[in-house]
Amino acid sequence: MTVTSIKFYQTGTHTVGNRLLDPSLRTVQADMRRTNSLNSGHRACQGCGEALGARYAIDAAMVATDNQLIAANATGCLEVFSTPYPETSWQIPWIHSLFGNTAAVATGIAAAMRVKGRPEVRVIAQGGDGGTTDIGFGCLSGMFERNDDVLYICYDNEAYMNTGVQRSSATPGAARTATTPAVGKEPGNVFGQGKNVPLIAMAHEIPYVATAIVSELRDLEAKVTRAMEFRGARYIHVFVPCPLGWGHASEDTIRIARLAKETGIFPVFAAEHGEVVGVSKIRTKLPVEEYLRPQKRFAHLFSPEPRPGAIARIQALADRNIRRFGLVDGGTL
Amino acid sequence: MDKPFAITLDVGSSLANKTGSWRTNRPLYLDRLPPCNNACPAGENIQSWLYHAESGDYEQAWRTLTLDNPMPAVMGRVCYHPCETACNRAHLDQVVGINSVERFLGDQAIKRGWKFDKPTTSSGKHVLVVGAGPSGLSAAYHLARMGHRVTIHEAGPMSGGMMRFGIPKYRLPRDILEAEVQRILDLGVTLKLNTKIANIEETMKEGGFDAAFLAVGAHIAKRAYIPAGEAARLLDAMQVLRSMEGEEKPMLGRRVVVYGGGNTALDVARTAKRLGATEAIIVYRRTREKMPAHDFEVEEALQEGIMIKWLSTIKNMSDEGTLTVEKMELDEKGFPQPTGELETLEADSLVLALGQDVDLSLLKGVPGLEINDGVVQVSRNMMTGRDGLFAGGDMVPSERTVTVAIGHGKKAARNIDAWLRGATYEPPPKHELATFDKLNTWYYDDAPKTVQPTLDMIRRQSTFDEVVGGLDEGNALFEARRCLSCGNCFECDNCYGVCPDNAVIKLGPGKRFQFNLDYCKGCGICVSECPCGAIKMVPESI
Repeated sequence: MTVTSIKFYQTGTHTVGNRLLDPSLRTVQADMRRTNSLNSGHRACQGCGEALGARYAIDAAMVATDNQLIAANATGCLEVFSTPYPETSWQIPWIHSLFGNTAAVATGIAAAMRVKGRPEVRVIAQGGDGGTTDIGFGCLSGMFERNDDVLYICYDNEAYMNTGVQRSSATPGAARTATTPAVGKEPGNVFGQGKNVPLIAMAHEIPYVATAIVSELRDLEAKVTRAMEFRGARYIHVFVPCPLGWGHASEDTIRIARLAKETGIFPVFAAEHGEVVGVSKIRTKLPVEEYLRPQKRFAHLFSPEPRPGAIARIQALADRNIRRFGLVDGGTL
Repeated sequence: MDKPFAITLDVGSSLANKTGSWRTNRPLYLDRLPPCNNACPAGENIQSWLYHAESGDYEQAWRTLTLDNPMPAVMGRVCYHPCETACNRAHLDQVVGINSVERFLGDQAIKRGWKFDKPTTSSGKHVLVVGAGPSGLSAAYHLARMGHRVTIHEAGPMSGGMMRFGIPKYRLPRDILEAEVQRILDLGVTLKLNTKIANIEETMKEGGFDAAFLAVGAHIAKRAYIPAGEAARLLDAMQVLRSMEGEEKPMLGRRVVVYGGGNTALDVARTAKRLGATEAIIVYRRTREKMPAHDFEVEEALQEGIMIKWLSTIKNMSDEGTLTVEKMELDEKGFPQPTGELETLEADSLVLALGQDVDLSLLKGVPGLEINDGVVQVSRNMMTGRDGLFAGGDMVPSERTVTVAIGHGKKAARNIDAWLRGATYEPPPKHELATFDKLNTWYYDDAPKTVQPTLDMIRRQSTFDEVVGGLDEGNALFEARRCLSCGNCFECDNCYGVCPDNAVIKLGPGKRFQFNLDYCKGCGICVSECPCGAIKMVPESI
């Protein structure tokens, strides 16, 4: 994780660009010649975090591979909103796989490139959390254990948004979805279910695993670039807020992502060969309420009567992340 | 029909899908008024000159600054910087040291010999400026740059007005003042010293002036009746500060009492201390909170060993120099009331610093003038009741500071220029204010203010060396870069980066950005994530 140490006190290096910074040190997104791999005219909702995360990641990968890139894409929002036949928003070679076999399709492309003697052409597989953590999980695990030369990027918006916000194995506890309604004694999704795919990927001891977030562009780009320095199976899990499914204002997409990180809800880290090599620290630690309150999927935690028990459980999970990954300097809360 | 199996349509781009039609609100780039600019009495575009200073282009910063204020080195020393009081950065850590950067730029200009661009046109009009103080010099500068011929008549033997005769050297070294005055004169402005105008109407007629700007200042010390013995040494503040500029320094003695609570009282007491007084005591009838002097000056004076007797008035002074002082108390309205409790104070001299009046003798016989409370009334456009006769600075109703005076000079020059062309100056409408809530401060790093070095205490008590030091190139750059650029785009590329629809077009360095409304869905992320509040959402018209 390379974050430039040059500090400009006006804006630090938190902004996308900086006119005072040498162009070679600016982000890919600040560049007027960025590829816009996912182009305008796509049909994602207003303020879509996934559209943003996908452009960030693929544009960075294009730079890292000198534009020698092919992507396979699982069914899901990203595929549906970008390619209604015969239009496409993709400005890269792109193939739609089935919902569950993207990792396998990408593996095949990588094998084909090897056979054709084109090692410079790199392969990305991408999908949402449904296609990754649920439906495509078998193929994904196979790709990992064979160490196929593919970078798999999961855009995690924590439910099946494309089909109408159904729960996935990435949906957090207490979140309301169409299949986990906010009714009953413990409304929303149950606690203690689901899976943490970045940790599962790490357990495969593949060369590179990282998590990233749309509010930290520099970090995200650095991780994609780093991933492209490896051969073999790599995995990046990008946290992408969904205004539609989460019920937050469309202008708040990046703010919500930032709050997920600052509360400890979503740990941002990188691991190489199964070991954590870097974490993105929390700048100002915030209570989880700050993250939960702007989202309608958690509205039942605050009204008609507050549910301090559920909030405390979410806080405990965030605190555990902070301890586990050392997200706060000094290690204490 | 050479398409692959089952393919019937050509590949199309999603650019055919104009998602801009979804929009109900559209983003709009705008410049908001930064609070510093809003607070500046000289109307400086502070954010704009800091923008150039941030990139290290000090000359461009200075040129931008001097579009409004020709004397940054002076201003960087004597201004009470209301800009810093208004600065949004106070909510984050500390205000930006605007004043110290301004001083740095002014000093750089003197060091490097930067000159103003000469006027390119000539109007053929001749304007008389009366008084070579901050207001007169500022008006002369602006009028000259607008292409008018300017002659300044100054009654005193030297230029600078109150900047020279009211502000001690330890706050404003004279070589700085002279360098900045000279640069204005180099524009082609004529300065006539020792030229007191007896009658403005006659002088204008004789000189063939098309218009005149009066800025004679307020130099006559206000007196209070204090019964005093014949041998008692009773002076006024103006006398003391003025004689500091001559050969003969004033003889104040070892115990000096100053009566008054304004900045002038502090200047005199601090001057007396430097001249060798063992005791310099300020007597003021109200409390520190009510004191009109600026707090940092009170603080600096106290550090230097000046004593202040609060809630006290002087009843009389004997031949031997014994002062009778009466204690006061504030009534419920905050006015000081006598208590009858008396005490005595020994003094070699008593200096009255009770404010100044304007010498209005040159205005005798001018028709249409309105004079209230000893100051000349002017209209919105700085013109007196007499057509073509403008006035500003301390002689019109205002706060009496150098900065206000310089602002008056600029405003008057614009109005004189318009009047000479037979027009009326209409100031452009002000932008809406860039308040703190418009900023997204996540993007700014913590960076506390750079403290300016101050002179050693012992040298402050015994010499007239400048008390507050300047910034060097390294920390001036740091300080300039602390600016949040409130309400004005500084090309951080955030809007360009965060748009999920690529609907922001980057136009290139210095050209800012533009929205591609064909695809902008109106999500508003660019507005939320703009650090400086230079974008807003407005409803689409249907």
